[in-house]
Amino acid sequence: MENYINIFVDAVFPGNLALCLFLGMCTFLAISKDVKTAFGLGVAVTVIQTITVPLNNLIFQHLLQPGGLSWTGIESLANQDLLFVGLICYIGVIAAMVQILEMVLDKFFPALFNTLGIFLPLITVNCAILGGTLLMVEKGYAFDESVVFGFSSGFGWALAIVCLAGIREKLKYSDVPVGLRGLGITFITVGLMALAFQTFSVIKL
Amino acid sequence: MGEPSPKKILLDPLLNTNPITLQVLGLCSALAVTVKLETSFVMAIAVTLVTGCSSAAVSLIRSQIPSSIRIIAQMTIIASMVIMVDQFLQAFAFELSLQLSVFVGLIITNCIVMGRAEAFAMKNGPGLSFLDGIGNGLGYGLILMLVGFFRELFGSGKLFGQNVMTPITEGGWYPTNGLMLIAPSAFFLIGLIIWAIRTIKPDQVEAE
Repeated sequence: MENYINIFVDAVFPGNLALCLFLGMCTFLAISKDVKTAFGLGVAVTVIQTITVPLNNLIFQHLLQPGGLSWTGIESLANQDLLFVGLICYIGVIAAMVQILEMVLDKFFPALFNTLGIFLPLITVNCAILGGTLLMVEKGYAFDESVVFGFSSGFGWALAIVCLAGIREKLKYSDVPVGLRGLGITFITVGLMALAFQTFSVIKL
Repeated sequence: MGEPSPKKILLDPLLNTNPITLQVLGLCSALAVTVKLETSFVMAIAVTLVTGCSSAAVSLIRSQIPSSIRIIAQMTIIASMVIMVDQFLQAFAFELSLQLSVFVGLIITNCIVMGRAEAFAMKNGPGLSFLDGIGNGLGYGLILMLVGFFRELFGSGKLFGQNVMTPITEGGWYPTNGLMLIAPSAFFLIGLIIWAIRTIKPDQVEAE
């Protein structure tokens, strides 16, 4: 249990996908104008992350890594190293999961589908999702750990985007130089937030 | 509006419709690889090639792809291109590929590549799509090099690994600026670049 809590805290604060590793930045900056949509997108990312990271973990362990195919019992397959096709497999899983989730939501949860609607296809190209999978492979998590990691990395990203959206809502009332309005000031805000999050990186639990 | 000329398609993304400062695409790698000018340079070339080739390839088969699975089809094309670049770097520039680490892989999800495939290549012929891809790659590269230039110059007093302003740690006079070496500085720099571009071209300022 303690192990799981460690993974959770690690992924949310010192290893925050958005503010420490700078993944998923494009959507992070583009869709954070108000808290409500930011929250919807955050939920969508968390759900996709919780599904795809464990799924890719299974693919990595039982198909791709050297010795992963030994369950087939075929001698020549047992020592195959298939890591070079890893990227195509992972992205295939992500793109397929996003489209399946889109259909499932459309059929069974139309209300939720309408809220998330436009954000779902965007998530495929969100590097936070692929980044989460690559990090999971790099850290060598087991299946149960990867479930926790998937959820908590998505949760950390959601937390960051909701925070930024909150700040941007308040920023509307401030007097920013004309050329800096909109995107420019957002970049600088994110820079300051990221500086703050850098301090978490020295915390060891 | 009539058919845009090839020259316009190639050069517009450099400043007028720059992928980073106007379209807000492809930011993650822009922040992570710009500590040094050398890595920014390699990344710029890699992204330009991948964007150009994948746009051309997507455009070639655009009428064969059913729209419901187009994302997976585009992704597969892009992923194959990126794997080629990755393997090439590992074979001929191993040191660099170690420095770029996961970010070469992340070109796949670089939204510039996907964004151009979706927005331009699905509607235009392969030749124009190739130019559009190259143009956007160059626009991205331009900002990347600019940020890399300032970060390396002020962060470690070097350009392409050569001492320009000798830092104090090596017996020179320049106190290095540690802030430039960590990622948030890239945000500030891009924010300032956007400010500069929008002061020159006020029509890019977003409506309130």
